[in-house]
Amino acid sequence: MGRPIFFVSEAFRALRRSAAPSIAAIVTIVVTTLLLGVLVPVLKASEDKAQDVRDQIGLNVFLFNDASREEIDQLGAELEVIPHVEGVDFVSRTEAIDILAGRVEGELSNSLSELNSNPLPPSFSLDIDDPANLGAVSAAVTRTGPAGDRQPISPVVDEVRDARQDASKITRVTGAVKFILIVLAVLLLLASLMLVGNTIRLSIYARRREVEVMRLVGATNWFIRWPFMIEGVIVGLTGALIAVGILWLGKVTVVDPLSDNLNLVDSLSTMGFLPLVIILVSSAMIVSALGSGITLRRFLRV
Amino acid sequence: MALTRSRSTRSRARGQADAQKRYEARTGSPAPMPPIVALKDATVVYPGGHVALERVSIEVMRGEFAFVVGPTGCGKSTLIKLLIREVEPASGEVEIAGHDINGMPASRVPKLRRRIGTVFQDFKLLPNRTVYDNVAYALQVIGESRSEIRRKTPEIIRLVGLQSKIHNYPDQLSGGEQQRVSIARAFVNHPPLLLADEPTGNLDPETSIGIMQLLYRINRTGTTVLVVTHDREMVDKMRRRVIALEDGRLVRDEVSGGYHDESTREFAARLHRELEVEPSTGVNDILDW
Repeated sequence: MGRPIFFVSEAFRALRRSAAPSIAAIVTIVVTTLLLGVLVPVLKASEDKAQDVRDQIGLNVFLFNDASREEIDQLGAELEVIPHVEGVDFVSRTEAIDILAGRVEGELSNSLSELNSNPLPPSFSLDIDDPANLGAVSAAVTRTGPAGDRQPISPVVDEVRDARQDASKITRVTGAVKFILIVLAVLLLLASLMLVGNTIRLSIYARRREVEVMRLVGATNWFIRWPFMIEGVIVGLTGALIAVGILWLGKVTVVDPLSDNLNLVDSLSTMGFLPLVIILVSSAMIVSALGSGITLRRFLRV
Repeated sequence: MALTRSRSTRSRARGQADAQKRYEARTGSPAPMPPIVALKDATVVYPGGHVALERVSIEVMRGEFAFVVGPTGCGKSTLIKLLIREVEPASGEVEIAGHDINGMPASRVPKLRRRIGTVFQDFKLLPNRTVYDNVAYALQVIGESRSEIRRKTPEIIRLVGLQSKIHNYPDQLSGGEQQRVSIARAFVNHPPLLLADEPTGNLDPETSIGIMQLLYRINRTGTTVLVVTHDREMVDKMRRRVIALEDGRLVRDEVSGGYHDESTREFAARLHRELEVEPSTGVNDILDW
């Protein structure tokens, strides 16, 4: 009953009496957690961005300006029955210019309004279930004739344009970026785990005589181990909390102001700060406590 | 292989208990207690091939006060380590109170060590704990209640005469004082067996007498005391059983007669006289009953 209190007070006594190793352990945990705290949202953001790109991949069917309402409706119906097509959106000429106006800003949008006539054609925008089926859908829209000439399914179709080349380029680049980031993250994690393990080992090694004495006066292994594990939890918690504090400062002072202007940084906030904090704090505590417990095993052999 | 060995030794221990019951049933009187320490042909070989003990057989009965003597490297300290299972014999048996300690599972070793008080040559005090906390640790280990710890700890510290240093750390104490803390910690549980490895090593004669007096006093409470020492003179004057080792072999085991019933005061006075040390006002006044 008095045991847990005894173990906790033992842990605090050890922290007090060996301040230098304890501080070293805390600093290591802070650095590791900081690295994790930066890498995890960046990975998440790059993954989100790649998904975004994949979602945007579709097919645009541009029409001649003189296409009649009837012809457009008929083409729309024909497009909808093509396999793998999930949605068909008609973009009129005025809608097209609005979308363009929304994408460009500043002087360019002013010059847009200075245009006398609308240079944009009407178009159909097709959503496709998977980027891999892009080719099949494209072929269905523009059949190849017997003489090798290309025949669109409707005479009003001017041009079929798919973002295939763009898409594959983008997925390849984001894939490479993601791969590099994951490799970096794994390497950093590995290095920092070893660093944490080493720091813990050092602080326990400094006290191996103490552990030996405890064993010789008849302390059971768990009696010796509990204070060390609790010490590990305290070190982990302290380190993680400091790291979270630094991360929060960084978020408030650097990331948040930037995300108002930059599109990419904005996706950083797709990762909630609270789940990130929970993940970081609990993993730091577990690693630190288990590290202490496992390292101690070497000194506990009877 | 190891499994079968431990099973057979355990059944042997059970067989011994049965034998005692049968003896009691037959004679109507309690069976004689097994010796508290029994070595049977114990051989210890250290890694590297050094033979520290070779076929040593010793029996120590309850309540005895015995010395183990011999030159440096004769295996004295190994004997102590053997009894608390810090080392294991390559062959032979070690029994404490009738139990083969090398047959018991490792998880029971802490329990064994709690029943044996050990005073180490290098004291083995916890450096970041005060005198009080060092002694209290032995009680915390056995799960003693807080109020009992608060009652027993100052009592035993007073017994070894260190109440004025109760809140000092080991590095603030002299060798003799650390030795006494070590004895206090070993004895605070009132174990049936107390082992002391060179308790008077590196101490001046006056302090040595104080330590011996303390051990003698503990012995008079019924505790078996086994003292390892190379202090020949002290051993001769104590007139107790002497077990001599040389090169890991038992070369002498004899009980010197006389003086078994002297009081602690008479004991101290005799030691002072025979060792020609002036009794001073100090530790020995505190140690008087």
